[in-house]
Amino acid sequence: MVDFFFNHPVGILALTVGKALVLLVPLLIGVAYLTYAERKVMAAMQMRKGPNVVGPFGLLQPFADALKMLMKETIVPTGANRVLFIMAPMLTFTLAMIAWAVIPVNDGWAIADINVGILYLFAISSLGVYGVIIAGWASNSKYAFLGALRSAAQMVSYEVSMGFVIVTVLLCVGSLNLTEIVRAQQTVWFAIPLFPMFIIFFISTLAETNRAPFDLPEGESELVAGFFVEYSSMSFALFFLGEYANMILMSALTTILFLGGWLPPIDVAPFNWVPGPIWFILKICLCLFTFIWVRATFPRFRYDQLMRLGWKVFLPFSLVWLVLTAAVLKLTGWLPA
Amino acid sequence: MIAVLAFYAFAAVLIGSAVMVVTSRNPVHSVLFLILAFFNAAGLFLLTGAEFLAMILVIVYVGAVAVLFLFVVMMLDIDFTQLREGFQRYAPFGAIIGGILLIELFMVLTAWRFAPEAATLRLNPTPTDVTNAEALGRILYTDYIYLFQACGLILLVAMIGAIVLTLRDRPGTRRQNVAEQIARAGTVSLRSVPLGAGLKEIGIVRPPAPEEAKPKEVEHHGHGGHH
Repeated sequence: MVDFFFNHPVGILALTVGKALVLLVPLLIGVAYLTYAERKVMAAMQMRKGPNVVGPFGLLQPFADALKMLMKETIVPTGANRVLFIMAPMLTFTLAMIAWAVIPVNDGWAIADINVGILYLFAISSLGVYGVIIAGWASNSKYAFLGALRSAAQMVSYEVSMGFVIVTVLLCVGSLNLTEIVRAQQTVWFAIPLFPMFIIFFISTLAETNRAPFDLPEGESELVAGFFVEYSSMSFALFFLGEYANMILMSALTTILFLGGWLPPIDVAPFNWVPGPIWFILKICLCLFTFIWVRATFPRFRYDQLMRLGWKVFLPFSLVWLVLTAAVLKLTGWLPA
Repeated sequence: MIAVLAFYAFAAVLIGSAVMVVTSRNPVHSVLFLILAFFNAAGLFLLTGAEFLAMILVIVYVGAVAVLFLFVVMMLDIDFTQLREGFQRYAPFGAIIGGILLIELFMVLTAWRFAPEAATLRLNPTPTDVTNAEALGRILYTDYIYLFQACGLILLVAMIGAIVLTLRDRPGTRRQNVAEQIARAGTVSLRSVPLGAGLKEIGIVRPPAPEEAKPKEVEHHGHGGHH
């Protein structure tokens, strides 16, 4: 039996599919409850109650919403490019899912523990923009198109500083493997020595996932709903799920790069009894809470301010910090072999 | 077995999408097929074990270059019938250039032979403990450091050139000076006030209204407040 799963091609395939399901099913439930958590947390911050009717404490609200979405009619506008219009939400959702293949939930618990894991994640997150652009163009609507253009410019801009932040972390690790990145934080999490980079990375992930205060691509005050104006029913739901899955993904990435992945905060008795995946999930939840907190707190950026922040503040700062980190590592001899 | 199947799948889709880049009527579809072609090229890189190159291909070409390309193509207002008109006229030129490239490819293929040193190189086993990125870095930053720096300089000059060509200094546009705004402290303050208290009770005095607003009030004075 064990031999079948590890040596026979069909067995290996079955095992991989099984692993993917074990990861994706909790992820999708997590996405569903993230929408619930967002509404509840924002409600608490605004002294409201939030969803509290469907099920105890409104716990069944996400499923009620999903059912409602499924029941609605899918409308394809007459002027739209049919194939691309339907492909765009599928692309967004798929990209948000496949990135999870390399995320290590615990030491060695990744579906694919590849050498260039961080590059793979960076590549997938940079592809996320296509779902948005294609949706905006295929809708054949000016609001959707403007939203798509904004999103393209925004995501490409913030990727640059994100890249520098990742390179800074990689300098301290000496490997592109995600498991190695977490192992390198055994003594101290990178959030502490690289604190400014941690902040820049977190803000860049907000921009990368098109979340408030950088949610200009869907700015409802001027673009109605931005790039998904024309979407309804399940195609809209896929965008929605994709956005929230991307939030969780970016939180996982922040956790791996800066918050020590599955490692406990301090390696002493009560903390290291708790299994790694629990720590990993807790840290992701902390990041997600901050995502929601930021949304409830800050007003939306103006477009020129957004571009200024990305290109004139984050980019030079992260570049300088990268050079500084390299210099310090070289002078102190801490550069990993 | 699986690797061979994957190779043929990637290669077939790569060639198919490359053909579609040239033949599809809509330029946006062309760019999307180009992206598909990049992906399959990355897949072929992965099959040969060049994982670093595969990822860089996706990040640089698909994630950045093609996005800007798509951006521009989508903004163009293209008349498809007009685009077709020139086809007959330019077809011979295209055929000539394509033919020359094809002949060159054949020349390369027929003149291809292994370098005499290659045989000795193949005797050395490929090191398994060195990752792609490490191996590339060791060569790029040691033996080829001057070429690497020269490439960087060329790109820098190209970037500065592009900025110089496109940057216009438009007089009369208002710009936000963030540093100035932050330095202007004291005009806005945040206070914690007790619940239910009005402005007068906690001693907040509104700044006096500007003088211009006064005459209007005087005009309405005689009407006794009802209109």
